[in-house]
Amino acid sequence: MAVASVETSIRTGSMTRVFLYLVLILFSLFYLLPFVVMVLNSLKPLSEITGGNMMALPEVWTVEPWISAWATAQIGIEPTGLSPYFWNSIKMVVPAVAISTMLGALNGYVLTKWRFRGDTIFFGLMLFACFIPFQIVLIPMARVLGLTGLAGSTPGLVLVHVVYGLGFTTLYFRNYYMAFPTELVRAAQIDGAGFFNIFWRILLPSSGPIIVVSVIWQFTNIWNDFLFGASFADLDSQPMTVALNNLVSSSTGVKEYNVHFAGAIIAALPTLVVYIVAGRYFVRGLMAGSVKG
Amino acid sequence: MSFLKIENVTKSFGPVEVLHKVDITVEEGEFLVLVGPSGCGKSTLLNMIAGLEEISSGEIYIKDQPMGGVHPSNRNIAMVFQSYALYPNMTVAQNITFGLEMHKVPKPEREAALDKVSKILQIEQLHDRKPGQLSGGQRQRVAMGRALVRNPDVFLFDEPLSNLDAKLRVDMRTEIKKLHQNLAATIVYVTHDQIEALTLSTRIAVMNNGYVQQLGTPKEIYDTPANIFVASFIGSPSMNLIPASVRMEDGDCFAETTNSTGDVISLKFPNPGEALRAYNGKSIILGIRPEAITDPEGADRHSKNIQTVKNTAGVIEPAGSDTFVANTLGGAECVARMRADAEVHFGEIFDFAINMDKAVPFDPENENRII
Ligand SMILES: Nc1ncnc2c1ncn2[C@@H]1O[C@H](COP(=O)(O)OP(=O)(O)OP(=O)(O)O)[C@@H](O)[C@H]1O
Ligand SMILES: [Mg+2]
Repeated sequence: MAVASVETSIRTGSMTRVFLYLVLILFSLFYLLPFVVMVLNSLKPLSEITGGNMMALPEVWTVEPWISAWATAQIGIEPTGLSPYFWNSIKMVVPAVAISTMLGALNGYVLTKWRFRGDTIFFGLMLFACFIPFQIVLIPMARVLGLTGLAGSTPGLVLVHVVYGLGFTTLYFRNYYMAFPTELVRAAQIDGAGFFNIFWRILLPSSGPIIVVSVIWQFTNIWNDFLFGASFADLDSQPMTVALNNLVSSSTGVKEYNVHFAGAIIAALPTLVVYIVAGRYFVRGLMAGSVKG
Repeated sequence: MSFLKIENVTKSFGPVEVLHKVDITVEEGEFLVLVGPSGCGKSTLLNMIAGLEEISSGEIYIKDQPMGGVHPSNRNIAMVFQSYALYPNMTVAQNITFGLEMHKVPKPEREAALDKVSKILQIEQLHDRKPGQLSGGQRQRVAMGRALVRNPDVFLFDEPLSNLDAKLRVDMRTEIKKLHQNLAATIVYVTHDQIEALTLSTRIAVMNNGYVQQLGTPKEIYDTPANIFVASFIGSPSMNLIPASVRMEDGDCFAETTNSTGDVISLKFPNPGEALRAYNGKSIILGIRPEAITDPEGADRHSKNIQTVKNTAGVIEPAGSDTFVANTLGGAECVARMRADAEVHFGEIFDFAINMDKAVPFDPENENRII
């Protein structure tokens, strides 16, 4: 095994260090400020926002706006809060992420370890999918969904996101498996493992880091997608992003900014959680010891 | 009946032919070493035996069964890779028994097989470790265990020792040899290390540029190399290649060359064949192993054809058991291998004893041995 990193940081004087930390702290404050404002305002009664300073701490702390955003706020015409749409999003995101990651892994496996005639061209075409803007696929996709009878349903949205994400996941896995030692695959072949056994037992267990990358990427993209959700979902399958828009832009009555803030945080929370949880598993060195000393 | 037969096998990658009509047969229990410089096609040939590469033309037979179209796992072979190729996510025990599991061998039998090979290779205490937690030598053993457990007809080794340090390599070399003797296994072994080839093999195939240059026992390869390539590739330091010319006199046949001071030296061939006599007056390359040029006291007592020549001793390199003395013959740099305590000094005129029994003449044009 390679010797662990010896000393990679550049030695710096204490003055430079202080300066470095100052700059870093300043930047983190700058980036955290909007979030802090959101949190603070989501915990105030509406009167404090309309009648006072956005930046001030709440005089009365309350979780009312959160409860309202989650369970009772007016979304479009129904007073349901965001919760049903949250589950819509979950029902869409989980299968879409799982399927696109799985298929991407399979594609990467075939493109690197079961090479066939024209595989580079094939891969090039798949890569092309990464550069197609959302708007271009709207109309063809609507037609496909119409033909398959999936229009306006969660499975339809899953299909859309799987198809759109496949280019990216294939790219990730292909590049990762390029560096995966072919000798391992050959050894498994001699051991009598077939196509899927090699994939399940040999490649996939060593794919931790790239699975995490793929999941984070797909999750954030699909969760945060608005355009496909707004175009292809009906009332029963609308994702969180669309519902949030409806909450914020509903024209009846007063604008409940505190509820809007709470709703926005709820909508952003899952991606935040994915980053915090999955990021920890973003470890290298899973391949340690398979090849050479 | 031959155990493994490689018949007229050719391999091309696109338009490039990297193996040309290779013909090798291996008998049961043989240890065949494929040796040659990097890129000569050793691994390619081994992979074709394993079924990991397609054969462009020709056929490979194992136990007289043609292997065309037979999947690697059904050839009853086992392979040890240069990089060991241990599955990183599995423990040592799982690594070793994976092949049995894939062949649907029941668990109790798998465990029995695991215990048996672990005992042979002394890796019992490593069963629960992952490959990443093993030393190079231990990984090597596990890779061998994975091959042994299958109880295959033919073992294929692709440079299994090249990633080990020098000491460990020598130890493992001995162990592989022991294993071969104990199991009477049939082994095809790839290396580019000629010492490994000589020590391990029962037969050697020396390869270069996709051609088998010579196939024979280590002694045949060493003593009577088929051409200049084999002569210089096998042996360390490699064979001295001295430009000379043939002269016939009274029915005797001499190789004439010059020493460092330009004096003509005549070396008599003990049993010159017809072919060699026909070179009368023509030039040849005279191949003499370093150990066939010694100090007079160190010369082989049983040889009747020791001839002493005067020559200047060049750089002297004591190497523990031997002393290597550089000198020039026929304008070519030569090395003589002397006893450790030979009394020789840099720059002096010294008596070199040349054992002509061991001299091999080559044709300078086609580089083949003159038989
Ligand atoms: N997939 C491939 N496509 C094209 N050429 C190849 C391929 N694999 C091997 N070759 C060529 O075939 C020749 C033989 O390769 P091979 O790997 O058998 O060499 P080798 O004798 O095992 O060398 P080494 O000692 O370095 O392992 C080389 O010239 C190599 O460039
Ligand atoms: Mg090789």
